[in-house]
Amino acid sequence: MIRRMMMSLAVLAAAPLAFAQPVVVYGEKVWTGTSQGTLENGVVVVENGRITSVGAAPARVPAGALEVRAKWVTPGLISAFSRTGLSEVSGVDDANDGGAGKSAFSAALNAADGFNPDATSIAVTRLEGFTRLAVAPEAASKLFGGQGFLADTTGLTGSVFEERAFTYVVLGETGASLAGGSRTAAWASLRGAFDDVRFFAARYMSHNDGNVLTRMDAQALMQEVRGHQLILFQANRARHRNAIMDFQEENPSLKVAIVGADEGWRVARRLAALEIPVIVDAFSNLPASFSQLAATSENAQRLADAGVTVAIVHFENDSHQARLATQVAGNAVANGMPFDVAMKALTTAPAEIFGMEDLGVLAPGARADVVAWDGDPLEVTSAPVAVYIDGESQPMVSRQTKLRDRYRTLDESERPMAFKR
Amino acid sequence: MNFRLLCLAVVAGLFVAACDRPGKGGDEASTSSIANPFPSTYKPYPSKTLLITNATVIDGAGGLIEKGSVLIEDGKIKAVGTDLKAPSGAATIDAAGKWVTPGIIDNHSHLGAYPSPGVDAHGDGNEISGPVTAEVWVEHSVWPQDPGFTRALAGGITSLQILPGSANLFGGRGVTLKNVPARTVQGMKFPGAPYTLKMACGENPKRVYGYGGGNTPGGAPYSRMGNVAGYRDAWIKATEYKKDWDRFNAGGGSEPKRDLELETLAGVLNGEILVHMHCYRADEMAQIMDISKEFGYKVAAFHHAVESYKIADKLAEYGACSSMWADWWGFKMEAYDGIRENIPLVHNAGACAIVHSDSEVGIQRLNQEAAKAWADGKRIGIDIPIEVAWQWLSLNPAKSLGVDDKTGSLEPGKMADVVIWSGNPFSTYSQAEKVYVDGALMFDRNDPASQPVMDFELGQPGEGDRK
Repeated sequence: MIRRMMMSLAVLAAAPLAFAQPVVVYGEKVWTGTSQGTLENGVVVVENGRITSVGAAPARVPAGALEVRAKWVTPGLISAFSRTGLSEVSGVDDANDGGAGKSAFSAALNAADGFNPDATSIAVTRLEGFTRLAVAPEAASKLFGGQGFLADTTGLTGSVFEERAFTYVVLGETGASLAGGSRTAAWASLRGAFDDVRFFAARYMSHNDGNVLTRMDAQALMQEVRGHQLILFQANRARHRNAIMDFQEENPSLKVAIVGADEGWRVARRLAALEIPVIVDAFSNLPASFSQLAATSENAQRLADAGVTVAIVHFENDSHQARLATQVAGNAVANGMPFDVAMKALTTAPAEIFGMEDLGVLAPGARADVVAWDGDPLEVTSAPVAVYIDGESQPMVSRQTKLRDRYRTLDESERPMAFKR
Repeated sequence: MNFRLLCLAVVAGLFVAACDRPGKGGDEASTSSIANPFPSTYKPYPSKTLLITNATVIDGAGGLIEKGSVLIEDGKIKAVGTDLKAPSGAATIDAAGKWVTPGIIDNHSHLGAYPSPGVDAHGDGNEISGPVTAEVWVEHSVWPQDPGFTRALAGGITSLQILPGSANLFGGRGVTLKNVPARTVQGMKFPGAPYTLKMACGENPKRVYGYGGGNTPGGAPYSRMGNVAGYRDAWIKATEYKKDWDRFNAGGGSEPKRDLELETLAGVLNGEILVHMHCYRADEMAQIMDISKEFGYKVAAFHHAVESYKIADKLAEYGACSSMWADWWGFKMEAYDGIRENIPLVHNAGACAIVHSDSEVGIQRLNQEAAKAWADGKRIGIDIPIEVAWQWLSLNPAKSLGVDDKTGSLEPGKMADVVIWSGNPFSTYSQAEKVYVDGALMFDRNDPASQPVMDFELGQPGEGDRK
């Protein structure tokens, strides 16, 4: 791991991406996400977009470095599942590119095409310490939602750093409904689609449509079916996840992760044995549907206990509130999950699931996504005081903070509010 | 219902017979059953005299006591202080390191009306048959077996208001419940709580009716101006209705025909039914305040109120509460300007701030939502003591529901609706350990036998939260 990072550092040195001011971040506590654990009075040094050292203070201070002091320092958090940047206002169709119910296409839909780096939710999410996002399309026309992507939260052009990083497939009740009305139909669609891809040459020689997929959709799924690309299955019911695991055992080359997994604890050992990671919302503890009858606030912890890689997210209003994953993780801790595991669920676990190299940790050679906090990052009363992405200091301003500052006092005696900026 | 309230109701033309014979008052049970066809049958469960000592006590009225004690007797708060002695035979709990607060009151919930599991057959929260459905009462939709009630209890919720949805201009009557499992909704109804009326501003009514069912135009209201015309039109009818009954009650003419819809609206005009109004935008709230002045009623609380921070001064002057989320935003156009400092900015302007959930998930940790708002306020220089901020969770919602004389703070004589927290409830890591309703232990995190499980969950793969 370290060697790989050093190698990428060498590559970086050969072709530097940025010449940002060096930064030295001191933390009363520095959570590294590595075998270094949590350092008391630690320090992180950032140069040329990379972390160059992590250790006890005092550290070597590069010339001209900006020095920042904070209560806590962590790696930039990674949102493992959201629709951030796909919708400016969820309820306004014109401003929502999350799903396409009337599209003729499904698996071929490339969510990155709908990503808007100017979406106000990006800065709002970044202000809460999230520097990277895995963004999934919504499945609206078929159970294949399309291709998800990975992005940073700089809000700059080029912030998508990996398009078509995974394909999103919904099973459960939504998948059943999209497939025609039953879970049985969803599985028939899934198997049919895989056959369409496997027998692509024969099936699409003279037709544009396979049994399930159009030619374009089948082409888009090629990497996944060959096991070169991650398939993210949405499923909650234990039986469903058993079926996914059966499917993976029949197709051992597939790279699979499960999102939802409210009943995951019931099949935790098997998930661990097959090394299938899960992405869960640890708030989910209600029998909200017949797929979630065994939902429990201890799900995340029970999965982690069994050795499953767990990423924690917040599903509700996932185009705007991915940021609440810290609160969800904090509640997982309250329900028994060790703090370290909960932090990993926001950093190293999503990095591992999506293959984000050199992210999610504070380690020499890692990309310098660093967050300085005014308190324990999993406490709802804490907030970042500084955020760095690839070593670049990020503005701590959003449309929300501008509205706040405008209305901090309601004095209109001289001029209307509209002049306050 | 006491006699004064009963007579107020009579003025509205609801309960003529009872008021005509005031001498027969006094038997509260019988008068209230006449007054209300669906009377509360809630009775506090048996409780012991209990002294909780050594706790950090937030009294809910703005005070904090280190190493404090709370004495509960006969289901009521008997005393709060530092030097209380346990009466003979009393149980005691040494709550060193723990915090004690009044139970949380959520004044915006749809539990029971939109229960878990959220299947179509359970969708009983919106009577969308017309824009004005003041005639419906949400208690007739509440399924007391909703597992959500038990999850809320584990989050320290001791009372809650169930509201109809926000599809309509007038959505119907709300109901205030004690969060105690019961076989019937009557068994949960908060004794003596006034009724409430749900109204809604903005996008929902015009979307559901004007643009309803894909048949545009579906019918009024089609716009925000249509919304306002709809409110005013209904209030004009209610005013006429009230006049007819006033005239009749003063001894004139024949008895007017009862009208369920106008009975509720007239109840508002008589000041006995409290208006709870879903309203996001500042400009709309200002117009609603004007409408209420035109017709002589008062809005108890604006709900959601994501733009209250823009008119916090006007809300303070008018005297309406704002029932708010800590950080919800962006899910619809009228929620676009939501900011994290809404609650502290409203509080800071001297207006009444309330933390609400509108969610079966959010209701489980309203203390954390208050904590966020408290911390966000502090970051911009609005430094509110925790014990004052706690009023957003208990006393202010109690006021908005007209039950602050009975609960909402740990003041002697009030219902012993009390939560013992494992630590500071503004920490994510703290949890409600013991929850008392009227002095009776209704939830104990460390004792599975003291954790209610609803019928629906019995015999399922998960039986309660933590099987």
